[in-house]
Amino acid sequence: MTDRTYGTRLPGMPTEPLTGRLVVIEGPDGSGRTTEVALLKTHLEVEGHAVVDTGLRRSDLVSDEIDRAKQGHTLGATTLALLYAVDFADQLENKIIPALAAGSTVLADRYIYTLMARAIARGASREWARELYGFALRPDLVLFLEARPEILLHRSIGKYGSLDYWESGMDLSLSRDLFESFFLYQDRLSREFDWMAGEYGFQRVDANRAPEQVHEDVRRLVAPLYEGAASARASARSRRVSRPASRAVSGSGARAGARRPA
Amino acid sequence: MPEPTVPVPSAPSHGYPGRLLVFEGLDGSGKSTQAALLGKWLQSGGHRVFFTEWNSSQLVANTIRRGKKKGLLTPTTFSLLHAVDFADRFDRQILPPLRAGYLVVCDRYAYTAFARDAARGCDPDWVRTIYSFAPRPDRIFYFQVPVQVTLRRKLASRLKINYYEAGMDLGLSDEVKESYVRFQTRLKREYDRLAVTDGFTVVDATRSVEAIQRELRQDLAPMLENVPTGARLMHDG
Repeated sequence: MTDRTYGTRLPGMPTEPLTGRLVVIEGPDGSGRTTEVALLKTHLEVEGHAVVDTGLRRSDLVSDEIDRAKQGHTLGATTLALLYAVDFADQLENKIIPALAAGSTVLADRYIYTLMARAIARGASREWARELYGFALRPDLVLFLEARPEILLHRSIGKYGSLDYWESGMDLSLSRDLFESFFLYQDRLSREFDWMAGEYGFQRVDANRAPEQVHEDVRRLVAPLYEGAASARASARSRRVSRPASRAVSGSGARAGARRPA
Repeated sequence: MPEPTVPVPSAPSHGYPGRLLVFEGLDGSGKSTQAALLGKWLQSGGHRVFFTEWNSSQLVANTIRRGKKKGLLTPTTFSLLHAVDFADRFDRQILPPLRAGYLVVCDRYAYTAFARDAARGCDPDWVRTIYSFAPRPDRIFYFQVPVQVTLRRKLASRLKINYYEAGMDLGLSDEVKESYVRFQTRLKREYDRLAVTDGFTVVDATRSVEAIQRELRQDLAPMLENVPTGARLMHDG
């Protein structure tokens, strides 16, 4: 039972097999993540799969607290990290797991990796962050959208009209200059993501390109998850074999997830 | 955030000028009464004392209350929300006075989470790691008492047994009193185990208030000799 999560057991986990598929799209702000989630959702639905989409900070339980805490900027790093963990746990237990048990595909716009990277960038140890999120389900596939910092910068400015306080890590006092802080913070996050990419078997996707091109890669990487899905029973059986499905697509993924130029 | 610390089993001691005194035990074990009396004595001796209680931060108070009322909480979110509360109080209420040379008296500390979360089925190592930022207290008084005694005290005071105190969320029994006894028995087992692994000072809490208070004061006297009193702190500063 524990092999479905990264570490610790999750009390109250259903005993029946989770027949749905958990697909995660990770990537920094401005990597086109949200666009790709929307395109993939439509694609999967056209193919006839039920899709439930989810993201960070959308549970009813503590979203007010998180908003208030952010306005005040007064919470300690540990407290904030734990608050995000409550929110994630609530969604995992009340939304993601029931959807997977019902056979739906859960499409997650960011997952524990972003939360871990943020906590670590603020001083948490990797060990602590890993263990904290040890109750999270292992996804079937993690797509990691990578783009150069300059591209992220321009997309961020295009989106907010400026740079976002939090996405620039201004609470860390890396620099008083928003522009400089943005680069320093994104660099920290990207180093953490680089490490996690290997550790957790991410499929890297070159997101420096146009959304349609990125979407083609995304489709190709997702396709193997649905091979042989014609019979519902067959797919239920394959879920029981616990293996990180991300590895199953590594053949086609190696080319598609080209590393960004240095 | 404090230095990332190595998880389990024993967090390092804090090394600050103040002292961290913790009171643990089942509801109805008399620990809050004893903590208040001890505080009076410490203050009368010129010490600066700071009190803090479990689950008292404003940050998530409403969420915990609402979540409990509507039964929205699972063992995992229950555990994490209390960790948020503790982390917030640790940063704001426990650490600053400890560094300033206060005697910080905690009515419950991380051990309450270790006991309760384990009784709710959470992985004990997971809970320990989450709380690894909390340093080891200088003294942990464990008010040991049979569950039946706490039940008698509860009923005598005509306090209503609340849903979570009775562990009703675990479905141990539909009957409140029965569920209370079963859940508190689980908790006591966890506490008794922690008493050994974490070096609790076990206090026989079935005795009179006076007898217990005398024992606490005797126990703490030697430690307090090395703690500067308020007057000296002012003078030195």
